[in-house]
Amino acid sequence: MSENYENMEFFAPGHGMCAGCAAPIIVRWILKLAGPNTIVTNATGCLEVVTTAYPRTSWRVPWLHIAFENAAAAAAGVEAATRAKGEKLNIIAFGGDGGTVDIGFQALSGMVERGHNVLYILYDNEAYMNTGIQRSGATPWGAWTTTSKVGNANPIGKMRPKKPIAKILAAHDIPYAATANPAFFQDFKKKVKKALSIEGPKFLHVLSSCTTGWRHDPSKTIEILRLATDTGLFPLYEIENGDFENMRITYKPKKFKPVEEYLKMQGRFRHLFKNPEYVKKLQRDVDEWWAKYGKYYCP
Amino acid sequence: MEVITRGAVIPEPGNSVENKTGTWRVFKPIIHYEKCIRCLICWQFCPEPAILKIDDEKVKKETPAPKEPLKRLPVVEIDYDYCKGCGICYNECPVNAIEFVKEEK
Ligand SMILES: Cc1ncc(C[n+]2csc(CCOP(=O)(O)OP(=O)(O)O)c2C)c(N)n1
Ligand code: SF4
Ligand code: SF4
Ligand code: SF4
Ligand SMILES: [Mg+2]
Repeated sequence: MSENYENMEFFAPGHGMCAGCAAPIIVRWILKLAGPNTIVTNATGCLEVVTTAYPRTSWRVPWLHIAFENAAAAAAGVEAATRAKGEKLNIIAFGGDGGTVDIGFQALSGMVERGHNVLYILYDNEAYMNTGIQRSGATPWGAWTTTSKVGNANPIGKMRPKKPIAKILAAHDIPYAATANPAFFQDFKKKVKKALSIEGPKFLHVLSSCTTGWRHDPSKTIEILRLATDTGLFPLYEIENGDFENMRITYKPKKFKPVEEYLKMQGRFRHLFKNPEYVKKLQRDVDEWWAKYGKYYCP
Repeated sequence: MEVITRGAVIPEPGNSVENKTGTWRVFKPIIHYEKCIRCLICWQFCPEPAILKIDDEKVKKETPAPKEPLKRLPVVEIDYDYCKGCGICYNECPVNAIEFVKEEK
């Protein structure tokens, strides 16, 4: 059996992530679960920039800074090199939502198509945060960003729904694609461990709140993330080998919370409360999703 | 003066510990051990990490606890050199053992 490194820290303090940012919680635990025999590639974005302000780094495993669009391609190269040398390591790529669902998507799709033994982690804070909160393909409907501004011409914010990236990756028929949320800690850990144990390309979509871009009280990070899933807005599921018929929803709230509870804690949704139709629309979207997919709940 | 390394390689893993980011703190969490049930939830969720899990027998026994048997469990301790005062620990503690007060400068 593999060793347990949960009492070790492979991610050092002294980084520059905002107080209350969820991303370091996710990274810290993925590294604990992966252990020291790990190489990380990291697309630029908040995580990359503020954990490695030269000449200092928060990483205690070998780590490569990669351009915005190709963390997956670089991970593929690292994996091929270690394989050629006969070494068995965890190769993990981290990308933000911009770096994953938008600009890095081609490299990611290619990496998984070629079948590299890489775990790709999307930490999804639902906008391009490091450059000042621009909308991405992962920004949800109704969110304010600096490029989906709210005003008389557009009272909604982003007018398009979130890209279902885990399903898109699953449609590549890869061994493992899943969504996770650090607030559902046991589920999150289980999925990371499972992904690490599988040979081949793995994709994990992890929701990661951003105090700055979501405009929330830093102490509420975990509470808000918990609500994202307890309202049904961010469902937790896994799909193996592209087998959508046997998709598994791994958590279902005993009683769904109304979406308002999630929205009202974040400044990026404040404008939605000016028109009750907006909140109703989001509630309808959630209800429709669960009406369609709820049958896949499989604890 | 630091010299720029070839390829901007940083040869020393985790040397960000030299950045004492605790200076960012506006609010300060304080653990009240007589209430703390040693569940480790704060340690689990601290983003820095600035909460240490201490498994030392002496510390475990000598730190106050609400019930004697809890003294078998590891103790959490805040490292104020790095705590940015986000308040996640304060918000998540299931027994309200953490107080969150304005930092005195
Ligand atoms: C090709 C290219 N375009 C733009 C940038 C500028 N840039 C750096 S980080 C970033 C946003 C990253 O967003 P995301 O991937 O969501 O990560 P986050 O910062 O939100 O964690 C952008 C646009 C860049 N570095 N390279
Ligand atoms: S801007 Fe957002 S994602 Fe970036 S470090 Fe701050 S809280 Fe984290
Ligand atoms: S306030 Fe935030 S940074 Fe400080 S110990 Fe608590 S969780 Fe960690
Ligand atoms: S969350 Fe509260 S009870 Fe649990 S270890 Fe931390 S201070 Fe103690
Ligand atoms: Mg982002």
